[in-house]
Amino acid sequence: MAFPAAPPVVVAQRFAFAEPLPLQSGATLSNYELAVETYGTLNAERSNAVLICHALNASHHVAGVYQDQPGDPGWWDNMVGPGKPVDTDRFFVVGVNNLGSCFGSTGPASIDAATGKPYGASFPVITVEDWVDAQTRLADVLGIARFAAVMGGSLGGMQALAWSVRHPDRVAHCIAIASTAKLSAQNIAFNDVARQAILTDPDFHGGDFYAHHVVPRRGLRVARMIGHITYLSDDDMAEKFGRSLKADDLAFGYGAEFEIESYLRYQGDKFSDYFDANSYLLITKALDYFDPAGPFNGSLTDALAHARARFLIVSFSTDWRFAPEKSREIVKALLDNRHPVTYAEIDAPHGHDAFLLDDARYHSLVAAYFNRIHRGLAGDGVR
Amino acid sequence: MSSSESALRADLAAIAEWIAPGSSVLDLGCGDGSLLAWLQKEKGCRCVGVEIDEAKVLACANNGVEVIQQNLENGLALFSDRSFDTVVQLETLQMVTHTESMLRELDRVGSESIVTFPNFAFWSHRISIVCGRMPVTRSLPYQWYDTPNLRFATFTDFRELAHRSGFTLRDQFALRDGRVVRFLPNLFGRVAVFRLAGGTKA
Repeated sequence: MAFPAAPPVVVAQRFAFAEPLPLQSGATLSNYELAVETYGTLNAERSNAVLICHALNASHHVAGVYQDQPGDPGWWDNMVGPGKPVDTDRFFVVGVNNLGSCFGSTGPASIDAATGKPYGASFPVITVEDWVDAQTRLADVLGIARFAAVMGGSLGGMQALAWSVRHPDRVAHCIAIASTAKLSAQNIAFNDVARQAILTDPDFHGGDFYAHHVVPRRGLRVARMIGHITYLSDDDMAEKFGRSLKADDLAFGYGAEFEIESYLRYQGDKFSDYFDANSYLLITKALDYFDPAGPFNGSLTDALAHARARFLIVSFSTDWRFAPEKSREIVKALLDNRHPVTYAEIDAPHGHDAFLLDDARYHSLVAAYFNRIHRGLAGDGVR
Repeated sequence: MSSSESALRADLAAIAEWIAPGSSVLDLGCGDGSLLAWLQKEKGCRCVGVEIDEAKVLACANNGVEVIQQNLENGLALFSDRSFDTVVQLETLQMVTHTESMLRELDRVGSESIVTFPNFAFWSHRISIVCGRMPVTRSLPYQWYDTPNLRFATFTDFRELAHRSGFTLRDQFALRDGRVVRFLPNLFGRVAVFRLAGGTKA
């Protein structure tokens, strides 16, 4: 049996944009930077580019490893790389950190050149569509008129959908995995509980905690814990943790007695070490606001009428955050418009997180779809 | 006949003749998508398949066929009225619990339907029954205890149901080993083939 090849070494880049970006809120971001990674080689026709959009807490570091961090591969390294389903020997893959995040692109923790201080609470609210518009400017700089595919899971899938609606001529294939065309009341409710945890943390200081040299760690921790519950399925949690205790006996106290408590607290602690509280607020708002059907009286069919991409929609049977019904709504709207669409509902036990995990059936399907995109590059570039 | 045309299975070729170039086709229980792949390539049809089996869904993706993974028992709610010129359901109808509602859905979604199923009244099946055994043959290859088939119908039975449901029978024949059987199809046909239009709703 062959050992899997070590992930390739990659380098992050930064692109500065001086032209102001008008935002959906009516505000403007006067200048900004985007942190970017690319993998593979753009072909002479510039037709083999794939944009990977990230979800809540990920970044431009999609695949490979940094020279000085060989043990820390990109968040979708099982999907993107040489010989992987999104094969970087064939495709030029672009990962970009979204505006308002905290991994190198301009966000609330960045220094506002106008004041010399972190933006903090003054950083504007950014929407999925704003992200997509910023990504088109990156595509312009990279010389990509049209992506062979725009792909993402969860919130990343929403960006892929927004690309197909907002820039129909710039995306040949739209791949939305474990995603939805709008959040449900329950989804928004979970997000607001997470936000309230942050907003009510005394260390939040109205979003300007940087000046106080503190981090609203308790709020971030609870936010991550509640988020994490929604990423896993009940069965998966039962299998991984059940009612297992850390110690042999009950302590009759409030420490982390059950394994699941210990796990969630650990995840919360880890998250509060690296994620920015303002970014968390901003990104969950972007999730809540996303509703491309909104301007079309709630008709997703009408919203997608002018899309020109071909679509791959994938859901996971045990995902209750963005359940298969949500993907089927997208599929229905695409079929209503006679848009080419393939839809797979993967029978997987891991809930929403399944989109990040290595599952042979899921990965084979994505690989087959990308083979087809690759065959199309040699032809008219459409099929 | 081009090489790719001859590559299509004989029974599929008989059905493909009814499908107009450039038309839209929905194949319910499309398997690996070989009929749709052929119709796309040779007739320029707009094709969509429906399949539940994950290995077959993957095969469709490999064949460059658009496929929707779903259980046909859940109906065709994803598909709007008259959204396809032809809805095809080949040797799948007998595996669906609610036959009549399935036929109504076919009729709602397509302008025309093509339905095939194993003909239980094929002569060798009759001999099996006379000998006191359930038939196990090329068209009914399963034992009674492990068959995915839920419904057993004859050519004549289906024709009666189609009439009663208000369908117009545009054509009907049976197939045996890839050959069209028009003489006593209820006796000499392994697989019944019906081309239907305008059912109950229309």
